[in-house]
Amino acid sequence: MSASLVYAPRGASHALETAGAWLLGLVWVLPLVYAFWTAFHPAEFSTRFALDAPLTLDNFVRAWEAAPFARYFVNTAILVTMVLAAQLVLVTLAAYAFARFEFPGRNVLFALVLVQLMIMPDVLIVENYRTMAFLGIRDTILAIGLPYMASAFGIFLLRQTFKTVPRELDEAARVEGCTPLQVLFKVYVPLARPTYLAYALVSVSYHWNNFLWPLIITNSVESRPVTVGLQVFSATDQGLDWSIITAATLLSTAPLLIAFLLFQRQFVQSFMRAGIR
Amino acid sequence: MTRTAHWIHAWLLLLPSLVLLALFTHYPAVATLWQSFFSTAKGSRPSVFVGLDNYEQLVEDPIFWQALSNNFWYAFWTIPISIALAILMAVWVNRKIAGRGFLRLAYFTPTILPMIAVANIWLFFYTPEYGLLAKLLEPFGAGSQNWLGSKATALPAVMVVAIWKEAGFFMIFYLAALQSMSPHLAEAAAIEGASRWYFFRRVTFPLLMPTTLFVLINAVINAFRLVDHIVVMTRGGPDNATSLLLYYVYEIGFRFWDTAYAAALTVVLLVILGVAAIAQFFFLGRKVHYQ
Repeated sequence: MSASLVYAPRGASHALETAGAWLLGLVWVLPLVYAFWTAFHPAEFSTRFALDAPLTLDNFVRAWEAAPFARYFVNTAILVTMVLAAQLVLVTLAAYAFARFEFPGRNVLFALVLVQLMIMPDVLIVENYRTMAFLGIRDTILAIGLPYMASAFGIFLLRQTFKTVPRELDEAARVEGCTPLQVLFKVYVPLARPTYLAYALVSVSYHWNNFLWPLIITNSVESRPVTVGLQVFSATDQGLDWSIITAATLLSTAPLLIAFLLFQRQFVQSFMRAGIR
Repeated sequence: MTRTAHWIHAWLLLLPSLVLLALFTHYPAVATLWQSFFSTAKGSRPSVFVGLDNYEQLVEDPIFWQALSNNFWYAFWTIPISIALAILMAVWVNRKIAGRGFLRLAYFTPTILPMIAVANIWLFFYTPEYGLLAKLLEPFGAGSQNWLGSKATALPAVMVVAIWKEAGFFMIFYLAALQSMSPHLAEAAAIEGASRWYFFRRVTFPLLMPTTLFVLINAVINAFRLVDHIVVMTRGGPDNATSLLLYYVYEIGFRFWDTAYAAALTVVLLVILGVAAIAQFFFLGRKVHYQ
């Protein structure tokens, strides 16, 4: 691999560095391994590590029964799909305008878009709450997603990709009689597929994991996403033992974690692609 | 197509995004500033213009200063440590090393987990007497140490969680940068007799600079944007020892419902993020175009 061949450590330093890498790796997985241990064993083994400890799914069953996790999952699924669908449409249109149109005010408008990269909806919670109350949509899934549907990050990312599309393809399509929108969907969108995949993965994991804003704006089982549901579940019922809370924690992350383990390469490449600009 | 039609097409394409951005980013940013000059409406008393009263309150509020200094130290320690670990991880998994697949997975997995789940796992990890850390430290007589419950250790304990979550995320950017580096550089340096450390210090590290700046900006934003773990692990306690700025905004705005004062606090947060934006414009912008 690249530069490391010549400077690959040899002998003792090689062994030392391998040991260091493994030590760090073990420290890094330790909390997760511990969570798995606790979740899959009866409560009396949650802090006692015996090789003969019986495995059980009981903690998961009890967590599932103790809170409406099924509903929370449905809410999160709706939220993530809704936000992503809206983002894909809005981002595509806006990125196309910035990449291939000359019009008055372009630079000012682009700067206004980029403001959101720094001042994210995450920190504007007080005023956005007021807006949602004014619109009368507090405690709805729509209210959780609405501030994120226009995405400066997505517009920026896709604009970069659209700019790499050869002008000749664009012009050829226009000569064929395509309207600007047809050019967009027949030429630009298909060529930007890897960027769309990258953006989609980043967006889905962001909104699956988002917590503070949903915590503030939701107030009922019908609208809570799974992150907030998990918090409500683990913070209110004091009688619960750790095995059940840990099981619920793993449960809430399971879909994303499984998807990640299955599509590791795509995830890592997507995060890379999304970052290198 | 005429020029005007061309313009109208562009504006129409932008319209939906711009409307939503205006509603949920530009308007609230301006409204926050506006509201910070008013009092919070209470019962029959409506909101009135109070000038700089909220800012006077802020200057005299020891908890605000505590949250600000907590946030500063939080950024001061978590950012360089995560970046250093990220570089180390990237250098290690970039070459042939036994178990490379496992190591990459181990380093990166915390990144995709929700912060709230991470916080729950670590909460148990830190539990005195029962948690894994207590069990590990029991032989040394530190098993009953309440990491999250004592003022001296709560903030560092929370920082560890942030570092654990972020280092793997930053690692992949360094990994990408390392993989795009030409192997000829190393060969040339080796012929010139440069030591490995010298090569890293004088060639690799400077070439990673654009990546470092990008990661740095991201890390700064995250240090002020992400407080999910505070809500779960400490609720700002003990005695505000782990209150970060955004967490304090949340507490004032949504537990005490003093929205005007929360607006003034948010303005401080926006100023900090604005400074980060300007820094990015000047440093990162130049470096990226340089490539």
